[in-house]
Amino acid sequence: MKRHLLEAADLDRADATLVLDTAAQIDQALAGREVKKLPTLRGRTVVNLFYEDSTRTRISFELAAKRLSADVINFSAKGSSVSKGESLKDTALTLEAMGSDAIVVRHSASGAPHRLAHWVRGSVVNAGDGTHEHPTQALLDAYTIRQRLGRLEGVRVAIVGDVLHSRVARSNVGLLHTLGAEVTVVAPPTLLPVGVGSWPVEVSYDLDAVLPKADVVMMLRVQAERMNASFFPSAREYSRRYGLDADRMAVLGDEAIVMHPGPMNRGMEIAAEVADSVRSTIVEQVGNGVSVRMAVLYLLLGGAPS
Amino acid sequence: MTTYLIKGARPLGGDAADILVKDGRIASIGDSLTVPSAEMVDAAGLIALPGLVDLHTHLREPGREDAETVETGSRAAALGGFTAVHAMANTDPVADTAGVVEQVWRLGEQAGLVDVVPVGAVTVGLKGERLAELGAMADSAARVRVFSDDGHCVADPALMRRALEYVKAFDGVVAQHAEEPRLTVGAQMHEGDRSARLGLTGWPAAAEEAIIARDVLLAGHVGARLHVCHVSTAGSVELLRWAKSRGVQVTAEVTPHHLLLTDACAEGYDPVFKVNPPLRTDEDVAALRAGLADGTIDAVATDHAPHAVEDKESEWAQARPGMLGLEQALSVVVETMVETGLLDWPGVADRMSVRPAAIGRLSGHGRPIAPGEPANLLLLDPSSRAVVDPAALASRSRNSPYAGRELPGRVVATFLRGVPTVLDGKAVR
Amino acid sequence: MASSSQPARNPAPKTADPSGGILLTAADVARVVDRMAHQLIERAASIDPRSATGGLSDLVLVGIPTRGAPLARRLAARIEAFSGTPVDVGTADITLYRDDLRLRGVRALEPTLLPDAGIDGRLVVLVDDVLFSGRSVRAALDALRDLGRPRSVQLAVLVDRGHRELPIRADFVGKNVPTSRSQQVKVRLAEIDGVDEVLVTEGAPGVREPREEEAR
Repeated sequence: MKRHLLEAADLDRADATLVLDTAAQIDQALAGREVKKLPTLRGRTVVNLFYEDSTRTRISFELAAKRLSADVINFSAKGSSVSKGESLKDTALTLEAMGSDAIVVRHSASGAPHRLAHWVRGSVVNAGDGTHEHPTQALLDAYTIRQRLGRLEGVRVAIVGDVLHSRVARSNVGLLHTLGAEVTVVAPPTLLPVGVGSWPVEVSYDLDAVLPKADVVMMLRVQAERMNASFFPSAREYSRRYGLDADRMAVLGDEAIVMHPGPMNRGMEIAAEVADSVRSTIVEQVGNGVSVRMAVLYLLLGGAPS
Repeated sequence: MTTYLIKGARPLGGDAADILVKDGRIASIGDSLTVPSAEMVDAAGLIALPGLVDLHTHLREPGREDAETVETGSRAAALGGFTAVHAMANTDPVADTAGVVEQVWRLGEQAGLVDVVPVGAVTVGLKGERLAELGAMADSAARVRVFSDDGHCVADPALMRRALEYVKAFDGVVAQHAEEPRLTVGAQMHEGDRSARLGLTGWPAAAEEAIIARDVLLAGHVGARLHVCHVSTAGSVELLRWAKSRGVQVTAEVTPHHLLLTDACAEGYDPVFKVNPPLRTDEDVAALRAGLADGTIDAVATDHAPHAVEDKESEWAQARPGMLGLEQALSVVVETMVETGLLDWPGVADRMSVRPAAIGRLSGHGRPIAPGEPANLLLLDPSSRAVVDPAALASRSRNSPYAGRELPGRVVATFLRGVPTVLDGKAVR
Repeated sequence: MASSSQPARNPAPKTADPSGGILLTAADVARVVDRMAHQLIERAASIDPRSATGGLSDLVLVGIPTRGAPLARRLAARIEAFSGTPVDVGTADITLYRDDLRLRGVRALEPTLLPDAGIDGRLVVLVDDVLFSGRSVRAALDALRDLGRPRSVQLAVLVDRGHRELPIRADFVGKNVPTSRSQQVKVRLAEIDGVDEVLVTEGAPGVREPREEEAR
């Protein structure tokens, strides 16, 4: 494992599998236990440095670190009046001087975790940077797929929605490809990046053509403000062409699952009856997030400092 | 005034000769000149070129003297072999009045290291809404001939047409920062494979090309001169080639960094590589070099853009665009154009001195190396190679994209009207 | 053994006698495991003499991965063969409980699997291949504390090689082997290594003092 987890490309197939296997072992070791706490990272300090609100991701990392007995400091930098550029470096150096061993960072600017990793000696975990990546989300998604379907090799995954602005999509494309899955991104052309042709994926504009062949349908959140920027004409048209409703769900194969990184826009990209169906892994994904993040923190911090 | 005898230099890379510099001019050129009263400059093996002229420099004064001043920027220019630089108008206050351009011009005179030629803003406050007092700037002591809203595009086509027409009255030229603003909202880097992966908002080549296409048509229509700043794409080179073939009075510049670097530099998100227009692809770099070689692109201009540390040591999106260029411009041209065989030494003199001086209507620069001409000269050691150390630069800022890179060519001496501003590779003051 | 434990006085090349390092052969291992199984049956019976199963229904053998796990399964199989009573077996990976994580590279985890009946109120016997510093056992005790509340915990090891760093002793020992710190004791089991044997080898010259994991 590299010292930092900044993007899916930091994990080769062996490392990615190690993370998933470790998460599974942790899950198993903690299953049914009253004391869901391990002493592994006692005396280590993990800082959650969040420049963007994301309660669910922060709580997931916080729980993961605490279950490994690390000390956790939550540092919400949002709304800080300090000039953003200077504050990121100064904040990083301050946190390091206070003895942080790992910084979990969420930032609205793509690449902010890379800069942070450049300035600190401890590990940096990217908890979502701008429209770049969110690697632990991809890991928990891969973990969930493997748990449900028993494998990742050859699994056909459709990633549907605002791929252009989605860090979840970027991380999933990279990681799932590394793990041998076959990924198709499905979106209106306006919501695909111009360079998507260089990605290791199939590209489709037609959700109905893709669904019957998909083992996994991963729906992405579509933000309403995209509509105002003419990425698509209306929420209704988007939903009609790219939303997953009960009719579309009916054409899926028997074992196929439906995923969503949350938070969902029910009625927009996903219908309520789909989100609440047995195919939906949305609740499992949340629980798996803690296990996968424990695995990441253990693998980054559990060994000798490199 | 000291008389200098430059011994054994090779004018424009030709045969070695001695050059006698006296009273600000080249007094004579010949073999084995001996002038006992003259100070000798040993120039064996050095190339003599006319002093370089930069059409595009940000000196930051007034307003951001923490990043650069007219004096520090002048020193950096002299060390780079320049004898004249055009100081861009996006200062604070904006150089959109005779008062501000005269202030910059006087600061340049006081520094005395290069001729600082102010560029006037096209529109008031660079806002793109109404014309600044272009005539007043032209008539001022600064004698402004180049007008630019650089940093911003004159996006309104009607306003651009009027500007092109209006400056004909005093033989001015509008230097356009070609960037369709609606296509570059939030743009961070070249739009392509890398921006898709890095999650940085793309700056499409079409945003530059659309404006160039529009403006060459306008310039042709009204019979005005147009200059295109920092051309960065292969498509732009094609458009310029087409326009020139149609007789449009268009000139264009390319920066050293666009001749050398690509969007691969954005990997790692170090904002020292963030620049506007952005670094492009290998294909664009090849087209720019070819365009400069065949004269489609007239000039190399640095777009020297000093930034304080806090404006660059940050997240990519928060960082300000721009990079240093004055001190390494000639070295980059040697590496990308001379050592590749695309340009010979007369070609370098043409693209870095003769043509930019002509575009800026600077009569005393870009002249031949011949008796009677103003002694604006530089001496270059083409065999020297050195690793760029930002801490050793004369600029007040450190945002050099060439840090740690080995580049060829060292400016040994620069003369401004017969007075050395650089000797032995060091600024005289 | 005495001479091989003092390499400085032994000028012979270490590869001169490849069989010299074998401490237990496959037959020895089988015999030792059988003896330990008998001892465990006796111990279980002595704790609860009135039990219909001779106390064996309260017994849980918990192997410490890697090689403690198959060893625990073998002991259980032998106990069942001798007594006719099946015995619960589990494994407890102790990696996440180690106090020396910072001293080594990160390690992959192994399964932690406990019998459905759990360990509360039962006699837990931890099973490991080699007892060295005692740190693995300490970590295992910490893990057990989080997994439940046994009535008592005992320790069975195939080889006790000495050099304890903690006040820990084994209740069942297959073979006591006096070693020098620089030596390595390698237990190889058919389930993992394809062969049953226990070897003593010299540490490479200049190598830092071997840690327990490396000795296993």
